Amino acid sequence: MNLKLHVWRQKSREDTGRFETYEAKDISPHMSFLEMLDVVNEGLLANRQEPIAFDHDCREGICGTCGMVINGAPHGPRKLTTTCQLHMREYRDGDELWIEPWRAKAFPVIRDLVVDRSAFEKVIRAGGFVSVHTGSAPDGNAIPIGKETAEESFDAAACIGCGACVAACPNASAMLFTAAKISHLGLLPQGQPERDERALHMVQAMDEAGFGNCTNHGECSVACPKGIDQKFIARMNRDYAKALATRK
Amino acid sequence: MNLESKVPSGPIAEKWSKHRFEMKLVNPANKRKHSIIIVGTGLAGGAAAASLGELGYRVKAFCYQDSARRAHSIAAQGGINAAKNYQNDGDSIWRLFYDTVKGGDFRAREANVYRLAEISVNIIDQCVAQGVPFAREYGGVLANRSFGGAQVSRTFYARGQTGQQLLLGAYQALSRQVAAGQVEMFERHEMLDVILVDGRARGVVVRDMETGELETHLADAVVLATGGYGNVFYLSTNAKGCNVTATWRAYKRGAAFANPCFTQIHPTCIPVKGEYQSKLTLMSESLRNDGRVWVPKKKGDTRPPGAIPEDERDYYLERKYPSFGNLAPRDIASRAAKEVCDEGRGVGEGGLGVYLDFSDSIQRLGEGAIRDRYDNLFEMYERITNENPYQVPMRIFPASHYTMGGLWVDYNLMSTVPGLNVIGEANFSDHGANRLGASALMQGLADGYFVIPYTIGDYLARTKLERVAEDHPACREAVDAVKGRIGRLLGIGGKRSPDSFHRELGRLMWDKCGMARNRKGLEEALALIPELRERFWRDLYVGGRNESLNQSLEKAGRVADFIELAELMCLDALERRESCGGHFREEFQTPDGEALRDDEHFTHAAAWEYTGDGSAPRRHVEPLAFENVALATRSYK
Repeated sequence: MNLKLHVWRQKSREDTGRFETYEAKDISPHMSFLEMLDVVNEGLLANRQEPIAFDHDCREGICGTCGMVINGAPHGPRKLTTTCQLHMREYRDGDELWIEPWRAKAFPVIRDLVVDRSAFEKVIRAGGFVSVHTGSAPDGNAIPIGKETAEESFDAAACIGCGACVAACPNASAMLFTAAKISHLGLLPQGQPERDERALHMVQAMDEAGFGNCTNHGECSVACPKGIDQKFIARMNRDYAKALATRK
Repeated sequence: MNLESKVPSGPIAEKWSKHRFEMKLVNPANKRKHSIIIVGTGLAGGAAAASLGELGYRVKAFCYQDSARRAHSIAAQGGINAAKNYQNDGDSIWRLFYDTVKGGDFRAREANVYRLAEISVNIIDQCVAQGVPFAREYGGVLANRSFGGAQVSRTFYARGQTGQQLLLGAYQALSRQVAAGQVEMFERHEMLDVILVDGRARGVVVRDMETGELETHLADAVVLATGGYGNVFYLSTNAKGCNVTATWRAYKRGAAFANPCFTQIHPTCIPVKGEYQSKLTLMSESLRNDGRVWVPKKKGDTRPPGAIPEDERDYYLERKYPSFGNLAPRDIASRAAKEVCDEGRGVGEGGLGVYLDFSDSIQRLGEGAIRDRYDNLFEMYERITNENPYQVPMRIFPASHYTMGGLWVDYNLMSTVPGLNVIGEANFSDHGANRLGASALMQGLADGYFVIPYTIGDYLARTKLERVAEDHPACREAVDAVKGRIGRLLGIGGKRSPDSFHRELGRLMWDKCGMARNRKGLEEALALIPELRERFWRDLYVGGRNESLNQSLEKAGRVADFIELAELMCLDALERRESCGGHFREEFQTPDGEALRDDEHFTHAAAWEYTGDGSAPRRHVEPLAFENVALATRSYK
């Protein structure tokens, strides 16, 4: 199939950026979306033009590196799918695609489709961990954890930190990302001692990093390639409110 | 070249505790005076950076990704082994040690493997304490599953995303140390050289991948945790960015490269689709717990799988290896798949595939039980192939997955360059000629959490180090060398892209130095690779400039190093005139096609010394002694 691509090109953080149009020719439906871009890039390079920069690494949907907005949808049209796992069989001959980077104040564009997501690091460093030194752990079975609890914690821990939730949110909020980490640890017995502090500090870091607020659009969960449930935001809000009220 | 293993004396079970007592300690107040550089933030590097930061050292950690959380350890699916014996099925440290030595086909260092098995139990405890949501039984205790090459159930897992959860644990611990100011984190920085002063590793040259700026970072010791070189085959299960550059640069600065020909081809990956294919996706080995591997008995049988009656199917692993069946180790399962495909019994487009069939398990346990165990893997398979594995068998084929070879290290995980330590997949030490499933995560975390924090202290306590400034001639020389190389790559102005050379190299290596090797093919490769290298440096086109994000330039530098490594791999494969583990030389096999080791001549690790461009590398040998697990023909029959 042949496609027409309108791709965001931006040389640097300072550049204003613009859409440029390319033809993607002889695309196989079995290609992944990124493989389609590889083919376009090889063509650009052959014509002495600079390839489109995009972030990617594992190409199996787990590292969270890739991500672009395709026709307005972060990671494209298919549910529960990262861009690298999206395949061209989703598209038809003659389709026209608009490909953009994540758009959020907290995620400045570095080049083309590559953005700076270091704001997420700030959120995690504010408390997204259990303070346990190497070597100081009790036996793994010392504290039983119910299967359902472990499973629910896992549902939150499955977040890959790609940033699609922020890109999807009209407020560029990072609530789903932050809530996922707070819930992952807050559901486990190991996460209890620091639960209040964690919620306070991570929410504060999130606000300071320039992310917007949640106004219950729910776009984040829809765009999330790992299906992180919006209920975790409610859980985070409860934890935050409780921590605020009982702060010593 | 000195290949002294520094294995402590005494009975194997007491070596590590004895060594820990004998190692010198750095006074807590002095630790903050020492700085350590860690390159790579996967399980090994992330765990090491966190643990060394906790101890009070000043740590600088580097990764090429935009976040430490994205290192390729994250993609490990199946699980992590530990000799907990929670299942009461006869496991022990000794058994895990035995299985790993045997699984590695008697080409690993016994003392290292024993230590790994010993530490394995602490790893699980540490990860649980960090909040890793391992699979649990209803009673709340940790669940286990079986993996290839073992007859006990010792693998701990977190759905099909164990690597992700363990890495997030290490990343969280690392983030805590970054917040505490103990670790300085440099993302989007790629290491391009090691700096040696007075023969010791004292720093690195890194490129800021956004600005192109070359930076010099100095420290008292350097730790490489930069993973394996499986991408030498271009198509592999590795992430696209995985590369050999850090270890290759270290090799060219004097660190011996051991057993480069020991590469693991994983039996269960999704088959190649077309020319544009950019990577291969692994389907976890854990699937072989419930999936049965088969091909039609008849050559060229193109009927759909459902139309092939039971008695016309060849469940070849169950037939050939009745006691391990579908859970035969990776090297054996891969080779068996190649064999049936070579016979013309492969399935799917091009005949390069075998079935992994879940219908019996679904019938026995119900679809729900299978869904519970593997749903995310099944979904991933469907997303890629557009086929539903609940209804039709998966098609799988072997692909490059892991590299057992790597920089040579002693018992303390130090390379032949003093002060340069190598941990995780980047070193060669624990898996011999073949790695068992769920052992990579174990080794990465063992090295990072529980070995290097002790051994590096011993080095620092015993070594008198002079202060080095950034204008030291060794720093300037290293920066100039890197600058010159980047300039050369950008200046070639030829016609072909880095990827096109990488693909060509990959095809060549897969054909000549892949699942099966022979003298003729390896000699051909050794003639073809220098010719490819020459064309690369004449006809490459990179485009763009150094002073901005330039992914084409990043690739070019990595491909250049892969081409050089490929030559060493083929040389090593040629010189190792035996078959063992993942290294199968067609000339050396038993009448029924199994690997034939030559213990008399090859019970050793081969460590290669760089002697200059255009000069043949020198092969050194570290003899391996098997005092606790008797050398035996590996049998899974």
